[in-house]
Amino acid sequence: MRDILTVSQLNDNIKTFLEDAFGSLWVEGEVSNLRRPQSGHVYFTLKDDKSQIRAVYFRQYGYSRNRVANFDLEDGMKILCHARLSAYPPRGEYQLIVESVEPLGVGALQKAFEQLKAKLAAEGLFDEAHKKALPFLPGRIGVVTSPTGAVIRDILNITRRRFPSADILIAPTRVQGSEAAGEIIAALRNLHTYGKVDIIIIARGGGSLEDLAPFNDEALAREIFRSSIPIVSAVGHETDFTICDFVADLRAPTPSTAAELVVPERTDLRNSLYNLRQRLVAAQRRHLDAQKERLASLHARFKDPRRFLVDFSIRLDDLRERVQRALRQRTQLLQNKLRHLELGLQSRNPERQVREKRILLNNLEKDVINGWKCYLRDREERLKKNAALLSSLSPLAVLQRGYSIMRRLANGEIVRRASQLTLEERVSIQLAEGSIQAWVEKVREE
Amino acid sequence: MAKEKFEDALEKLENIVREMEVGEMPLDSALKSFEEGIRLIRFCSAKLEDTQRRVEQLLEKENSLQIKNFQDKDTDES
Repeated sequence: MRDILTVSQLNDNIKTFLEDAFGSLWVEGEVSNLRRPQSGHVYFTLKDDKSQIRAVYFRQYGYSRNRVANFDLEDGMKILCHARLSAYPPRGEYQLIVESVEPLGVGALQKAFEQLKAKLAAEGLFDEAHKKALPFLPGRIGVVTSPTGAVIRDILNITRRRFPSADILIAPTRVQGSEAAGEIIAALRNLHTYGKVDIIIIARGGGSLEDLAPFNDEALAREIFRSSIPIVSAVGHETDFTICDFVADLRAPTPSTAAELVVPERTDLRNSLYNLRQRLVAAQRRHLDAQKERLASLHARFKDPRRFLVDFSIRLDDLRERVQRALRQRTQLLQNKLRHLELGLQSRNPERQVREKRILLNNLEKDVINGWKCYLRDREERLKKNAALLSSLSPLAVLQRGYSIMRRLANGEIVRRASQLTLEERVSIQLAEGSIQAWVEKVREE
Repeated sequence: MAKEKFEDALEKLENIVREMEVGEMPLDSALKSFEEGIRLIRFCSAKLEDTQRRVEQLLEKENSLQIKNFQDKDTDES
């Protein structure tokens, strides 16, 4: 007789079988095909070089059960899983139900470290901008470290040697193991609250990556970042780097170096103070000397103003003399010139000419009068002569002698020929005494 | 001045010296600066020459914090 099963029955049987047969188991392998759906569960394939198996990491198990803090799954990562084997009947697939994961191999812790470092760096916790300056000379130094061992001894010895008056307040903690990080955080808080310290050194000697794990703690890193007091990290050897180193305000390669960085060398300070003192005194002396010199120089240049009065009065006299001399010379010159002109003028005096001209004028006057008299006499004589002549020639005289003058009455024309007249023309006839009018009765022309 | 810090005092001192070395200060200020400089030197020297020091530890006992002297045979603290 054949047992016939449905697919569901088969898969259910397989599921029960697998769960009973394997129970809880540890599997190691490499992560691949990592998927994180929104559910928050993580699906991946665990494989080695020949084979592979599906795995699921349910959210309720979370990462909190991981031994390593801040560890995150990545493709290619080698891990050790604590898991159960089970089947998923709807698909007929079997898979690992992972309960916890831890990184496998030497690189695992390093991986966790790198992941945290990258995360905090991205958040800016390591930025230079947040680094606080160290006090130049701290009055009181907080030291977070183990109270026993070489580290605290080195710090005490070195600070004492360099600067004997620097107070130290130790906040003792464990520096290894799972409790260490919490203790260091508490120590930091206590120092902030009660310590009255100017600076804090967190110190630990060298060790393996596991040993230094407390200093790679995320909570500690954030506590350091929050600190209002500058923190110097000196964890491990020179080649060891921790998260604490990156987030601190200053990283010292070793605890001894931290002590040297935090506390100045008193001898150096004493020297520079001495040097400043020398310079101050020298500057002060120079300053006073310079002022003295200046005063002396001013004093030398400070002179009685009356000295200048003497000079002025001499100069004034001199000028006055020169003015007077110049004036005299000028007057002399003008007088000479004037005299010269006067002489010249006298030699050209017109009085003589005037006299001469007057005589000439008088003579001319006499001449004119004489001439005029002669002229008049001459004319008188000639007039008398001519008057006599004239009277002899006068027509009146002819008329006296019985002659008469006949004129045409029309135009006064003297009639010398008979032909001048026409019959019955009127004529006037001038006689020696009186005249008569007549008309022409007859004309005879021969 | 409340609690003067050594580094501040030293910086002030350096500034005073530098200013005085330039030598263009009025005499009054120069004298004042000089006096202040001497005071700062005394202050700084006192800080340097003070050899008293306390090494203590912060201890938590019965939920309270105490500060106690720190003794360790391996260090040269007295």
